[in-house]
Amino acid sequence: MKQRQRRSTWQRLAIRIPYAWLLAFFLVPFLIVLKISLSQTAIAQPPYTPVLDVAAGWRGVVAFFDALSLENYTLLGSDPLYVLSYLKSIEIAAFATLILLVVGYPIAYAIARTPRRWQAVLVLLVALPFWTSLLIRIYSWMNILQREGPLNDVLMALAIVKEPPVWLATDTAIYIGIVYSYLPFMVLPLYATLEKLDESLLEAAADLGCPRWKTFWLVTVPLSSSGILAGVLLCFIPIVGEFVIPDLLGGSQSPMIGQTIWMEFFGNKDWPAASTVAVVLVCLLVTPIVIYQNQAMRVVERD
Amino acid sequence: MRRVSAVNIAALVLGLTFLYLPIAVLVIYSFNASRLVAVWGGWSTRWYAELFNDAALVDSAVISLRLALASATAATILGTLAALALSRFGRFRGRLPFAAMIYAPLVMPEVITGLSLLLLFVAIAAERGFWTVAIAHTTMAMCFVTVIVQSRLADFDVSLEEAAMDLGAPPLRTFLSVTLPLIVPAIAAAWMLAFALSLDDLVIASFTTGPGTTTLPIRIYSEVRLGVKPEMNAVCSIMVGVVGTAVIIASLLAKLAGARGAAARV
Repeated sequence: MKQRQRRSTWQRLAIRIPYAWLLAFFLVPFLIVLKISLSQTAIAQPPYTPVLDVAAGWRGVVAFFDALSLENYTLLGSDPLYVLSYLKSIEIAAFATLILLVVGYPIAYAIARTPRRWQAVLVLLVALPFWTSLLIRIYSWMNILQREGPLNDVLMALAIVKEPPVWLATDTAIYIGIVYSYLPFMVLPLYATLEKLDESLLEAAADLGCPRWKTFWLVTVPLSSSGILAGVLLCFIPIVGEFVIPDLLGGSQSPMIGQTIWMEFFGNKDWPAASTVAVVLVCLLVTPIVIYQNQAMRVVERD
Repeated sequence: MRRVSAVNIAALVLGLTFLYLPIAVLVIYSFNASRLVAVWGGWSTRWYAELFNDAALVDSAVISLRLALASATAATILGTLAALALSRFGRFRGRLPFAAMIYAPLVMPEVITGLSLLLLFVAIAAERGFWTVAIAHTTMAMCFVTVIVQSRLADFDVSLEEAAMDLGAPPLRTFLSVTLPLIVPAIAAAWMLAFALSLDDLVIASFTTGPGTTTLPIRIYSEVRLGVKPEMNAVCSIMVGVVGTAVIIASLLAKLAGARGAAARV
């Protein structure tokens, strides 16, 4: 809009300050992770080598680059622990996202069908748990799922089970925790597209004798595809790297990749290994992240 | 008038029950007199009373509140500037990478954000503690702020600002007397979201903190990973109450300005 004028000092500052912040605290840290993933662990402070020795001048720089190696990456590929951890994370994220879509779609659809004045309240009710701490919401499931917890009480009272089943430290508990925590992330983008759905299209289909389930598949679902894509990406990407949910609800046998990074870092103090696992994770997620970014920019900017 | 079918009502009732029942169970159990969490020993507020005698826990709560205040404020300023840059300043060099850096942190797994920031702080030999966590939280939250404020900016007409400029108002003046009043509710809502995000964060804080700065979520986590504890039920209930109230106020503010759905677009 203001192409014809020169940018004022204020405008230039408004661009440069957040830009510089993101470069310093988002991009540069990434490059450092990349660099450390090419380093070796050492018993030193910081616990990796090489460290760029600026005082040694050009020779220092050469020595620094010589010492970098891809060793960590070959190690990562040959160790089944890591490979299994990635596979498990992707499997859980994929199934959980599918469950979220199946559970979230009817809820989003129902909100979009209620009278207008109710919609804002319902949206708030769905969004509210997302604002309260993930840690607390997962902790509340630890209460419910424990052996003598309310869930087993109910199941026993209804005589559905004879022995109280074990829930905690199983993959089932991880799925429950993930579906519970990410439900708002699925419902809200779906609602945002379903709300804009032109109802006359549904009426036209009905007038032409199309059964309702068929209208749903042929009209409603395709028209809400952008919401489905947004919801799926908004859930899938962070779930792959989830730490808190599998750590508190899952078992210790096969960790998800977020737990592996945590363990390498805090447990084994192996910073290069943790960085390598993180870099590979970003590489796995880069395609969905880019699709998600394009989608988000289109939605917000609408041009 | 639209007809709401029985299936739709069932979906809503089941969905909301699923979302709220666990929180309700947590709050009810926090009033359980029995030390054994699974056994109901009658109503009592003893765990709430014990909380305030736990000096370490109170310390952590104070640290978390200060942290949330500082990082929410910084994130709101940075995020609002970024939103203005993205939606009002036309094309500028490096706009695409800028936008990419705004949207990526929204979905980036927290372990990666935490790890990468920690490695930065180590590389520049920064002493880790309150300020490093504050910087990390600011970075994470500013992107949410940008998205909320940007969607508000997209909702209202640019011609209002153009009119002010045509009448001779300099850009800064236009911003202060036209743009800012229109986006203040969105900014307030964004500040509260940033506050809530900081107050809740465990993973990023665990990576970027140092000795002496134990935030409330870090303390809660170290307690609950060993199992359910009645005191923790009480702390968590208080946090749910505080955050819930803040969010309801924020959404009323947002609604006043007709910014409905801004949060939905995040």
